Amino acid sequence: MQILVLVKQVPDTATRIKIDADGKDIQRDGLTWVLNPYDEYAVEEALLLKELHGGTVTVLTLGPAKADEALRSALAMGADEAVRVDGQPADALQAGWALAQAAKALAPDLILCGKQAVDDDQAEVGVLVAEFLNLPQVTVAVSLSVDPAAHSGQAKREVEGGVQQIAFSLPAVVTAQKGLNEPRYPSLPGIMKAKRKEITVQAADLGIAAGVELVRLTPPAPRKAGTLLKDLPGADAGRELIRLLHEDAKAI
Amino acid sequence: MPETGPDYLQIERLLTDEERSIRNVVAEFVAAEVAPSIGQHWLDGTFPIGLVAKMGELGIFGPTLPPEYGGAGISDVAYGLIMQELERGDSGLRSFASVQSALSMYAIWRFGSEVQRRRWLPKMAKGQAIGCFGLTEPDAGSDPGAMRTRARRDGSGWVLDGVKRWITNGTLADVAVVWAREEGGAILGFLVERETAGFTAKDVHTKASMRASHTSDLMLDGVKVADEARLPEAKGLGAPLACLTQARFGIACGVVGAAMDCFNEALAYTGQRTAFGHPLAGTQLVQERLVDMLSRLTAAQLTALQLGRLKEAGELRYAQVSLAKRNNTRAALEVARMGRELLGGNGITTEYRAMRHMANLETVDTYEGTYEIHTLIIGRDLTGLDAFSAPAQNSGA
Repeated sequence: MQILVLVKQVPDTATRIKIDADGKDIQRDGLTWVLNPYDEYAVEEALLLKELHGGTVTVLTLGPAKADEALRSALAMGADEAVRVDGQPADALQAGWALAQAAKALAPDLILCGKQAVDDDQAEVGVLVAEFLNLPQVTVAVSLSVDPAAHSGQAKREVEGGVQQIAFSLPAVVTAQKGLNEPRYPSLPGIMKAKRKEITVQAADLGIAAGVELVRLTPPAPRKAGTLLKDLPGADAGRELIRLLHEDAKAI
Repeated sequence: MPETGPDYLQIERLLTDEERSIRNVVAEFVAAEVAPSIGQHWLDGTFPIGLVAKMGELGIFGPTLPPEYGGAGISDVAYGLIMQELERGDSGLRSFASVQSALSMYAIWRFGSEVQRRRWLPKMAKGQAIGCFGLTEPDAGSDPGAMRTRARRDGSGWVLDGVKRWITNGTLADVAVVWAREEGGAILGFLVERETAGFTAKDVHTKASMRASHTSDLMLDGVKVADEARLPEAKGLGAPLACLTQARFGIACGVVGAAMDCFNEALAYTGQRTAFGHPLAGTQLVQERLVDMLSRLTAAQLTALQLGRLKEAGELRYAQVSLAKRNNTRAALEVARMGRELLGGNGITTEYRAMRHMANLETVDTYEGTYEIHTLIIGRDLTGLDAFSAPAQNSGA
């Protein structure tokens, strides 16, 4: 079974993001970059399916040379092959298109990716790839099983108040939610093997017009300082706190 | 990504991508699997044995060995960074890994037969077999040549008699590397398996340091082993000392992690804790303390890195290892003590980390060559004069 996992390199969620002067991008230098955490679930699931059914796991990313690090993280976990399509998409539509074209050439039985990337949180790419390739898709999956011989799969999704069970035919696109599995640590032998692995690089096919335009990035408004009730005796402070919560904050 | 610093001099830039990746994986492992429960283990005097298999899966044991023996062929600097991150968790965990990798596996790798290597190393790399290293004795610590454990020829095999003390992992070990003097001859190494008749191990239960680690006595009472259990390439005291050099390298790197953890804890604590209306960190006394901690640990960090690079080039001398072990361990101990002090009363509990690290580092300052023994090793190297024996017994004194 050929499994393709779409991955993205994103800034570590613990790093502080600064915005460029022109407001069109974040400052990329000096950030710690990691494999998108939701993509880690997708890689892990691919490795588990490979362990069960045999086959190969290929990881595919769209991005600059620096994104090779994310591919190497996935290789260190145990993925077999890595492909990077080099390019900078203007929006999710272009990203989805470029990844779909690269995926088509690889003809996988199953495409996995995280439900969203934690940098721009658009949650569109997996969906777009499925649409461009005209494949069935299951989003935000918390469990997955496949029957390669029958070209079919089953997935579960958590919805408000219950669980949906979905049946689909292969090939298909499944996006991974937290809880799908517990991603393994890359092993030291895995890291050393990943270092020697050749990454296939090809130019991205961005042959579709962007659907939307990013106008401006702005940081969140700074938080206002809190109110401190310090000069009132206890009971008065309590009454004042209740009044503020009721009248100003309208919380109670 | 968990904290891997401080890195005040951007030493990060001197690392390769693989070295960073390896350090980061171990840092993640320690933050997720060790940090939450290690304080309780320490209090309870238990080693987190459940982590051994996971560490084996990660490939932490014997990682510099070639893949055919279960290793990953990583660089010495990467090995040092693994030790750093393990010791950021706890010295006991790092000690476990040091004894497994640098003492037991190294002894088998360097001095063992091919049969011994194939039998033990892959299993030990996976954490499926645990090793220990029996050199020190109740009456022979700094002077291992004075050991009383004896190896006597018995037909085609050997009989071992003696007692070993302060043996990390002694009661956990499936195989003990035991050093014994052949009657009237040289020091030899033997692989003694746990179930061998006459071999027993017993833990020391009165430690106020290194509590999340097993420290044991090994008793050898007429232990019969075949000649195939002898490490064929080990002839003389130089063999165990070569193993110690490996372990001391790991220690010099490891203690930096404990110091880093104490510094980060103290910096965060004094930034939040207020007294007399100000954060503690806004006072000159506290800033001086924090800067002293950072200076000490940054020097240790650079020393560890250069030690690793020399080792990779095959140029590392044991006296250089002594310098680094001596300096870095004492530096980490002082950093931990300062950190403990900055945390005030809270600093004496295991809710915080400084006291645990500090107590552990008292052991590290003593084991694998005391501070004073390393002084004498470096002193001899500098002057060409051996000051180990008491002056009255030195010729010409």
